[in-house]
Amino acid sequence: MQRSGFWYRVWHLYADGFRSMTIGRTLWLIIAIKLVVFFVIIKLLFFPDFLGERCDDDNAKADYVRQELVNPNRGENR
Amino acid sequence: MNDMITMVDWARAQFALTAIYHWLFVPLTLGLGVIIAIMETVYYHTRDERWLATTKFWMTLFGVNFAIGVATGIILEFEFGTNWSNYSWFVGDIFGAPLAVEGILAFFMESTFIAVMFFGWKKVSPGFHLASTWLTALGASLSALWILVANAWMQYPTGCEFNPATMRNEMTDFWAVAFSPMAVNKVLHTVTSAWALGAAFVIGVSAWLLLKGRNDGHCRRSITVASWFGLAGILLTSITGDTSAVTVTELQPMKLAAMEGLYNGSTEQSIVAFGVINPSKTVDNDETPFLFDISIPYGLSLLAHHDPHAYVAGINDIIAGRAVNETGDTINTVSYAERIERGKAVRAMIARHDEATRAGNTDLADSLKASINADFKYFGYGYLERPQDAVPNVPLTFYTFHIMVTIGGYLVLFMALWVLLSWKPRLLTDRKPVVRRLWYLLAIITVPLTYLCSASGWIVAEVGRQPWTIQDLMPNHVAVSDLSAGYVQTTFWIFAVVFTALLIADVGIILSQIRRKSLTDLDKCND
Repeated sequence: MQRSGFWYRVWHLYADGFRSMTIGRTLWLIIAIKLVVFFVIIKLLFFPDFLGERCDDDNAKADYVRQELVNPNRGENR
Repeated sequence: MNDMITMVDWARAQFALTAIYHWLFVPLTLGLGVIIAIMETVYYHTRDERWLATTKFWMTLFGVNFAIGVATGIILEFEFGTNWSNYSWFVGDIFGAPLAVEGILAFFMESTFIAVMFFGWKKVSPGFHLASTWLTALGASLSALWILVANAWMQYPTGCEFNPATMRNEMTDFWAVAFSPMAVNKVLHTVTSAWALGAAFVIGVSAWLLLKGRNDGHCRRSITVASWFGLAGILLTSITGDTSAVTVTELQPMKLAAMEGLYNGSTEQSIVAFGVINPSKTVDNDETPFLFDISIPYGLSLLAHHDPHAYVAGINDIIAGRAVNETGDTINTVSYAERIERGKAVRAMIARHDEATRAGNTDLADSLKASINADFKYFGYGYLERPQDAVPNVPLTFYTFHIMVTIGGYLVLFMALWVLLSWKPRLLTDRKPVVRRLWYLLAIITVPLTYLCSASGWIVAEVGRQPWTIQDLMPNHVAVSDLSAGYVQTTFWIFAVVFTALLIADVGIILSQIRRKSLTDLDKCND
């Protein structure tokens, strides 16, 4: 990679920027923890794709929602 | 049924909790982003190192807020897919398209240029750096724009057609969605109010430093930019608030009536400047709506129609379908009782359409589809048991609306006074120390007040349109998934803990950075 090239300068911008961070290190740590909590713990454990788990394809999803909307009092929790 | 109500309540509470926490971070990003860009523009033109130090100070706080707030909105999308699955399917690509544009265009733009903004001070030219700062601010606003467009569609579904075969609303006109009057007003009102919030934050923090006797020059520079910008922001917010009121009157008249606690409308309708709602008042009784109120004659007619003599419909009028046309004659529109019947009929036709499609009877299916679409605007009413179910929480809508307007009015005065003080600083510096301290304290208190104003605006917008997830098309209890209340309750508390921790981290880091930077970087550049 040429040192005067565009991509080198882009890489250098990020690499040097990350190296010289002060408060940024704490913030990136918070962002990393937050993303793990959101996507690995909360999303995987508590927020499944409700329709995706019950229906194989879009037609099945349409049928499911049609039943829900045409008969709104059905379902275990209603 | 009781369990279901509880599930709907928990799902709504969870969404409200997430949205309000998310909205604590967003307006500061929107407002502070532009303020930083203005400050850097001044530095670019003057090459005065003191302006550079001031820019970098606020840029650090912007970075903290951005980092803590980033991705907090993604939780809302998790909730759509799990708690609100009927809604998610029903809205189809209409909700997805603006969010996709937001993700691809705005988010990437914002995240690319923010790196140059923070890392590029000595690596790119000053002009390119300045452009990156402005593009970061623009990217944040574009990001907000597309999300607000999606929200505006829920308030005023347009540019779409319902397909009973797929059970989805399909977009027929992207520009009708993007430029609906509701979307235009919402975007302008929300973004300009965020400018005022960013300005109030800068003034509040500067006042705190002045109270501590620190960084006088930095504070004066900051306040000069923030006060002018904040005044422009709050005046534009007032103007767009006025146009929003006209739009709401036309497209969501029930919300307007709830905002004013107006049950029986009239021509030359007064507006309640201050009032205490009668908690016993409902649409089912004849009690007086207010225990106490101070009203301004003609005010609501003027606000709603820009005509002091115009008719404004109250809650009872809207339910009964009473209206007054432009020539002043009383006319009957579709009453809520009739809307309920028509909505039920549409629901029955959707079932018949499915049967006809499965039986291969395309002629009947096509005919039913045409009938469904003709009355589809009443579809959601078919799920209501009685017309009164379409009335939102009047006290909450009324009080939050009045809190928003009162604080908004105060902010106009507050910003105007700070503009005056930045122009004629001796008006303050010649005062006794106790007066100055009180004035600085007021500026500090104004920061949480502005957040309260901003959150109140959202509560008016969202509570005022209840019981609808999508205005007139889908009420909440139909939009939610068939989940147990306990399931949603668990995740509600998880979010409450996670978001509270993030908020504490945000405030803690911002305060520590203000202290540290004011004693180090800014001290080197004192006037």
